[in-house]
Order: sequence, then structure tokens, then C-alpha cells
Amino acid sequence: MTSDFAISVERLGKVYHLAHTLPGPTSFREALTSAAAAPFRRFRELRGTERTLESFWALRDINFTVETGEVVGIVGRNGAGKSTLLKILSRITEPTEGRAVMRGRVASLLEVGTGFHPELSGRENIFLNGSILGMRRREIAAKFDDIVAFAEVEKFLDTPVKRYSSGMYVRLAFAVAAHLDPEILIVDEVLAVGDAEFQRRCLGKMKELSQRGARTVLFVSHNMSAVATLCSRAILLAQGTVEAEGLPASVIQDYLIPADVHSLSKTDLTSAKGRSPSLTPVFRSLRLSRALGDETAVFVPGDDVLIELGLTVSSPVRSPRIGIGVNNSRGDRVFAVATYLSPQPIGRVEGRANVQVTFRMPPLYPGRYLLDVSLAGERGSFIDQVESAAAFEVLQDGYLGSSHPYFPEMGSVLVPSVWGPSARIPGPRE
Amino acid sequence: MSSSTGETVIRPRSGWIAIDWRELWNARELLGFLVWRDVSVRYKQTVLGVAWAVLQPVFTMAIFTVIFGKLAKMPSQGVPYPLFVYAGLLPWMFFSTAVTGASQSLVNQQALLTKIYLPRLFVPTASIGGGIVDLGVSFIVFGCLMAAYGVAPGWGALTLPLLVLLTAITALGVGLALAALTVTYRDFRYVVPFMIQVGMYLSPVIYPVSLIPERWQPLLAINPMVGVIDGFRSALLGVPWNLDTLTISTTAALLTLLFGLFYFRKTERRFADVA
Repeated sequence: MTSDFAISVERLGKVYHLAHTLPGPTSFREALTSAAAAPFRRFRELRGTERTLESFWALRDINFTVETGEVVGIVGRNGAGKSTLLKILSRITEPTEGRAVMRGRVASLLEVGTGFHPELSGRENIFLNGSILGMRRREIAAKFDDIVAFAEVEKFLDTPVKRYSSGMYVRLAFAVAAHLDPEILIVDEVLAVGDAEFQRRCLGKMKELSQRGARTVLFVSHNMSAVATLCSRAILLAQGTVEAEGLPASVIQDYLIPADVHSLSKTDLTSAKGRSPSLTPVFRSLRLSRALGDETAVFVPGDDVLIELGLTVSSPVRSPRIGIGVNNSRGDRVFAVATYLSPQPIGRVEGRANVQVTFRMPPLYPGRYLLDVSLAGERGSFIDQVESAAAFEVLQDGYLGSSHPYFPEMGSVLVPSVWGPSARIPGPRE
Repeated sequence: MSSSTGETVIRPRSGWIAIDWRELWNARELLGFLVWRDVSVRYKQTVLGVAWAVLQPVFTMAIFTVIFGKLAKMPSQGVPYPLFVYAGLLPWMFFSTAVTGASQSLVNQQALLTKIYLPRLFVPTASIGGGIVDLGVSFIVFGCLMAAYGVAPGWGALTLPLLVLLTAITALGVGLALAALTVTYRDFRYVVPFMIQVGMYLSPVIYPVSLIPERWQPLLAINPMVGVIDGFRSALLGVPWNLDTLTISTTAALLTLLFGLFYFRKTERRFADVA
């Protein structure tokens, strides 16, 4: 390869070994002998002489090249291998096969404030953290004033950081990292922490870094707007392999409307994780579709959404109070629909029943939304309740008619507006 | 964090991994920062601060003097027993603090393993640097104690830096191996304090080496702390040097360090996955 690449990844793979759960001891004597043998068993396992391990490829056959000066976004669902990839490229963990070549000084920021010590003052932590991130003392001293100014902590420089507010703490930590000035910057979802203002500044700083040229940035984000604005290219990982690669817009589409969307439009709730173990399952399934349309878990504002809940009750429930709460990716409840909030509540459910509800999708901020479902009796006591039972995605789809990206801090609802003399509002009308 | 401006090749490695001396040299300032952090945090967190570094060996010395010196009438090579036992406690307390700190250093700072790349050898090494400050404080106390007993150190005291270095080498070797083991087997958290306690009785802290039959002394000296403690007494209190013990112990210390370094390097690549 002769091109001017900054990162070259060839057939990279990483396997993790998951130990099988051995059957537990049944007697005290067995427990004792098992405990006595445990270190040796563990030792043999590590030596690979006892094959009780199951292999799990977190990454397999990853190939891509990043040119110098590119900003590449890595997207994918949880468990797709994004973090593993960043950890390998940051040299935190070794790959099992393949290789990667990095050209230039690499800085990785997988966590904000790694190595911060709560007892030390802001000033001391700047030096400590800077050094952990790979800066020389001279370099930190030269950038010290900039870091302090960026973090806005002048007055608290000599206060132990344990007395900082969480906002100050994160600002200081990011400020140190932002002044690393590496040739290759690897950033994990650090934008997920901190307030909206902080996120805006981080994005601004990363943009500034990339525009200075010859700075290569590789970053993982769930914020599709950030990927769309900052990146020149995006890579979609799914189940440890590269599923799509190319212009951010098209990769984001592939990500938001993936092949496994079917599994999202129909969810089995009989053994859902979000149910308190004390409850007897009543909700069986949840199906999402467009009203009078196909099953889907991807909606645009204005869609009529049909949710069908399958439930099985042991004894009839009169005037059931069924509610569906919709939460955004930050866990805030955005809206709820419920039988008791509707002009036509349902009379009763008994046996195996299917309950359907239709509502119009509000103009939500694009992204992933999680659904909580609950069923209560007439008197309001919970019969069944499942948190994060299912999820759907909301696409922006040019709702505002503007090409400007919409950031979370602009609000969780999109409102079309026209500037100038009184005019008709464009876009869908009810 | 790699700060090399050249090309970094990331690929699977197997077997023993050589130590990247150039990388360690490039990142030497980091070691300084980590030592400084350990020291300043230690003295900031405890209310007693420096007083703790004074009280701990003084109280231990007092207790040992009463139990082993007065009650058990332990021989002390013609030196007042408090001085004798304190001269042994100086390197031993440094060793035990350093080893305990080093062995816990990685599990207590998992983020340094899982969230960033840095020369990980520095993390346990820094704990040992931290122990040196306590040792310095204890030395000052010892000076006062010697003055009180009217004992003056001889020329042998000039060898002290070398003996401290030998202690550090031993502590680093043991500390690195235990740090690596503790990451993989968390039980070592509980095993280490016990090992240290047993180690004290296997080392001549409360008794002189001469108490052991002569033919067994070389065997005892495989424990590097035997040579160190014996050496400390010769250097500070003018007890005759036992060069055989010292030679065996020095060799053992160097081998311990080698083993620690290589075991650490061998297991290092697994740290981020098991931590």
C-alpha cells in the first residue's frame, strides 16, 4: 500500500473466550474440594489445556483504510464491536489475528478523565492526566492557560477535583484531552457525558481539529447528527464485521434501517429483561407497524403508528389501565399513550387478548426511542410492567426543510418555522 | 499512550514479549508523575500525614522490643534490641508497603488498563517509588534513635543507597509478579497480606541471621530480604558483614526482578480483557 494512509487495518479479528458455567457444588465437601481445585482449574483453562471455553469473535475480518486528514465515524449497535476496534487501535488490547498500521502520534480518548485523582487539585490533575494521555511536561505547561480557559475553572484551580461539580469535572477532563494535538485522534462516545453545552464545545473542538488538516479523527458515536456533520466517511459495524462503508448519510441510513429491523417491529415479551422478577408475565408480545401498513420500527413524524400488544391474563381485568411510555435515548419520558388518556377506553380483557392502539408520531428529535408498557387494574395496582420492552427509530427525513443538522440541545421536538413576514408553514399538516 | 511519531504496527504477539526500553524512556516523565501522585495523595488523605510514617515503625519497634527483646530474650548481635529491630524494620516496612501497593495498583486503577494505553510497567513501579518517601521519614527517626543510644554510624553507612536499591529491586520483582497475578486472580488481594506476614518471619527482622545454623544460612539467603536486612545492620550498626549471604541475596533479587518483569510482560496483553 503506497497511498498516504494514516490508519490501515487488514483482516483484523479479536476473539474472546467465555468460560462455560460449571455446575455448582451440591455439598459443602464438594464446595471445599471445588474451591481447592479452582486455582488449578483456572490455570489449566488459561493454559488452554482444558477446553471448557466458548469462543466469541468480537471482531472478524475487518479491513479499512483511513487517509490522512479524514474524519471517520464508526456507528453500530451496542455489541457490534465498536469499542473493541477502538481498544485494539489504541493498543489497549491485542488483536487475535490480522494487523493494523498507524502512522503518526496517536491519542485515544475512550473515557473522559482517565487517571484523574479526586484528592488532587485541578492544577495537579491537569499535569497528571496530560502525562497519562502522553503529553510531555513542557507541552502541558505551554498549553496550561489554554486548558484552564477552555475548561473555565480558573477560580477552582487549587481546589481538589472531588469538590468540583460533575460539569466542571468533565469540562476539565475534556479540556486536557482536547489540547493533546495528536496526528491521529481516536474518540469513543465521550460526547454522551456532560450537558448540551459541553457536547457542542466538544463537537466544535473536534471540527476545529479536523479542519486544521493532516489530523485524522476516528470516532464512535450514537449521535447521528454529529456523524453526519463531522465525518467525511462512516463505517457501520454489525456483529463484528464491516457491514457498510461510505458517505455518512448512506451509512446512517443503513444503520437506522438495518436488516434486523424486523426483530424490532415484533418483540417477544414473555421473558423480557425489563420486567421485575416479582411480576407474573402478562404481556406476551409487542408489534409495531404503520396503521394500515407494513410492520416496521422506523417512523417519520406524522406517521400513524399502530402498536399491538398481545397479553394473557389469568382472570378477566375490567377497565384495564394499559399505558405505553416513550423514552428518548437519554431516558427522558417524551410522551405516553394510555387507555385512560383516550376518549374511548377499553372495557375489559380476558384470556388471550390483543390490544391495539394507534397514535400519530410527533415530530421527535431523530433517534432511538424505548417503550415501557404497563398494565394496571381498575384500582391502579400494577399487574404487569415491562421497562424498555421495545424500541423504534424516528427519522428526521427533512422534516424542517433545512439542511442544517439538528442537535439534541436544540430541543426534543422539531418545530417547522418560517422567518420573515407571516407565511404558511410548510411540511405535513394534520 | 503512544507518543512515537513513526509507524506503529499492531498485530498479535505470542510468547515472551521483550521490554520496550525506548518506550519506557520516552514516557519517563509519566513515571515521575505517578510517583508524585502516590506520594502526595498518601499525605493528603491521612490526617496524621507524615506522623503516620513515624508512628508505624516506632510502635512496631516498641512492641517487638517488649515481646522479643525483653520477654523472649532474642539475641541482637551486641546491639541494643530497639536499634537492632528498627534497622530490620526500615527495609522490611519499605518492602511490605511497596509490594502491597504494587500488587493492588492495577486492580485499583482499572481505567488505566481498560481505557488508555500507557507503559503499564510504570503503574506498579510507581507504588514502589511512593514507599521511598516513607523510608526517608523512617530514616530520620532512626537517626534520632541512634543519637539517643549514642551509636554512631560507620563508613558502612555509605553503602545504604545500594542496599535501598537492592530492596527496591526485590520489591519491584515481587510487586510486578503479584500485580499481574492479582489482575487475573482477584483472590490474591487477600493472599498478599498473608504472604507478607509470613515473609516477615522468614526474614531476619526480629532475629539475627546468626541464630540460624550456619549451613542453612545460604538457603535462607535465597530470600533477598535476608541479605538486605543483614546488610542494613552491618551498614548502620557496625555488625560484621556477611558477604556470602549478601551475594546470594543480590543474585536472588536480580532473578526475582527478571522473573517479575517477564511474567508481567507475558501476561500484560491479557490485562485489558480480564480486568
